[in-house]
Amino acid sequence: MAVAELPAAESGIVTRKERSLWQESLHRLRKNKVAVVSLIFIIILVFTSFIVAPFTNVFKDPIAQDLSSNNAVPEWMLFLLPEGAENYATINNDYILGADHLGRDILARTIHGARISLSVAIVASMVSLVIGTIYGLVSGYAGGSTDGFMMRVVDFLYAFPFLIVVILMQAFFKAQARQGAEGLFGWMVNINNSMGGLFFMFIAIALVNWLGLARISRGQVLSQKKKEYVEAAHSIGATDSTVATRHILPNILGPLIVYETLAIPGYIFTEAFLSFIGLGVDPPTPSWGIMISEAAKGIRSFPNQVLIPAIFLSITTLAFNFLGDGLRDAFDPRLKE
Amino acid sequence: MTTYIIRRILGFIPVLIGVTLFTFVLIRAIPGGPFQTEKGLPPEVMANRNAQYHLDWPMWKQFLSYTLGDDVVAVVTGDPEALNGTARGIIRGDFGMSLKFRSQSVMDIISTTLPISAQLGLLSVLFAVIFGIPLGIVAALRQNTWIDYSATFLAVFFLSVSNIVLAPLMIWIFSLTLGWFPVAGWGSKPPFMLGFLPTPNEWNVKYLQYAALPVFALATASAAVVARLTRGTLLQVIREDYIRTARAKGLHERSVVIVHALKNSLIPVVTVLGPIFAALVTGTFIIESFFGINGLGKHFVQSVTNRDYTLLLGVTLLYSVFLLVANLMVDISYAWLDPRVRFD
Repeated sequence: MAVAELPAAESGIVTRKERSLWQESLHRLRKNKVAVVSLIFIIILVFTSFIVAPFTNVFKDPIAQDLSSNNAVPEWMLFLLPEGAENYATINNDYILGADHLGRDILARTIHGARISLSVAIVASMVSLVIGTIYGLVSGYAGGSTDGFMMRVVDFLYAFPFLIVVILMQAFFKAQARQGAEGLFGWMVNINNSMGGLFFMFIAIALVNWLGLARISRGQVLSQKKKEYVEAAHSIGATDSTVATRHILPNILGPLIVYETLAIPGYIFTEAFLSFIGLGVDPPTPSWGIMISEAAKGIRSFPNQVLIPAIFLSITTLAFNFLGDGLRDAFDPRLKE
Repeated sequence: MTTYIIRRILGFIPVLIGVTLFTFVLIRAIPGGPFQTEKGLPPEVMANRNAQYHLDWPMWKQFLSYTLGDDVVAVVTGDPEALNGTARGIIRGDFGMSLKFRSQSVMDIISTTLPISAQLGLLSVLFAVIFGIPLGIVAALRQNTWIDYSATFLAVFFLSVSNIVLAPLMIWIFSLTLGWFPVAGWGSKPPFMLGFLPTPNEWNVKYLQYAALPVFALATASAAVVARLTRGTLLQVIREDYIRTARAKGLHERSVVIVHALKNSLIPVVTVLGPIFAALVTGTFIIESFFGINGLGKHFVQSVTNRDYTLLLGVTLLYSVFLLVANLMVDISYAWLDPRVRFD
């Protein structure tokens, strides 16, 4: 019985366009307004800080100091300052959001500072996603004593005070960089210096954050390993590495991405914290943590200098949290009922 | 149960040894030393200082002296000169002298600053539980109503505001602009006896006034985590069969939620409270530096920048012990929260 294959629409049968699991999730995500707005905000921030700020003249130079207008405040911001601020503050409308204690434009510094937070968010999450997923995949797929050993290692590392390890690593990298180094490490120091101290922060943050992901990845692998489609793949002669990477990996990636997105605010906080204690990016590279820590000393007279980076930092992490929540609901709609 | 606890406590030992060794290696790998200053000491003085604290010894000997004591080093190496040292080793509760604050031992520093941090931390954990759990319950019971949405939004909001942001903004709004609370002074001003206990006469007002801002800044993120987890798990538990049974028996809705559902859904909440407890009680650098608190938290950061080897190892070990004990408490509490959990 040979029936000509008709396209669904012509055959008169009402069908729905076939969607893959991922398309289905994306479709659900698009219906979540808060998540979409958050995503748009993040995209705009990425575009402004990575493309507009460095390649155009829209924003002032974030490093250039103008000591004649230090602590300058635009007129519209005066209401934020305590009474009698006119007597001590330089009023200068050239600076839309004011200038800091060295006369550097706060708007420009905030936008350039976004680059630090966003690159930490993106790179650190990518690196720990890759390390954690592979580790968990190998551990869960191998099973047996390999799995036992690999998970004991994770358990052991989990007992370490994460913040102290990050601080120690940053102190180590910074002292080494000051001392100068040769070979591979010297090459890393050069990269780091050209990035204003970012490179080592990526390493430090990513190296301590893959543990949680490794656990989740392993758990997911264990739950998928016994499913029929894996058995089917094995029975048609697929090798272990094919089964693990082509069959299991796409099925476990959703929850892992959700977990990683929700971890991003933590990375942004860690960067701000490290910069705050002086172990983050190297001044004068603008970072929100450095801006807040410098401005906090003069908060009584110039609260606006704290307020601007604080608002940006909070809105950015809020956006990542909303996006993560939206992704979670999109990948696992059962939770939403 | 008792054997389980004993086994777990024995399991602490390798972890603590690992933490000590790892921290020791990492801090010693960092260039520089505790006695390095901007100007630089004359080499003779430097050599004397290093000799005084055994920093001229080979690493393995220093580690041995630090963990087991100088007399053990003397026995192992057969070097009677080691007996002149004073280190008794952390195994005998001697964390050594601080290399930066040279008149104080690490124990002195911990015993003066830990009570201040611990009290602030306990208040914050209390705050997180008192506000977080009810918020989560209300949100779950009124799922997909405006109550749920606003509670969820509040939780995400406070989760997204780091204490780097919250602390200076609260100081600006509530103490500098409105003047409701003192800017700083927790743990030092009159309402505290022995540096941290509130004096009986003016307990109520002043104590809480000083505590309000730092506790709020410290606790809101944890409260948000607790609220989100409570809501999420309660929503799952409430759909389980035994809850339907409880309802079918004709139980009051309130007792269904509080007696049957809540206890079970607290398990993930208690799980995160373990690490939160350990982190808050041992102090937070940011909160302490904004509110001028003489707590333990600053030593976690400053001992690294000062290369104060003994102090860093002391506070790190202290934190690890807190973390391990808190996690053990968490595991023990599972048995009480969920009767199906058995230890064997």
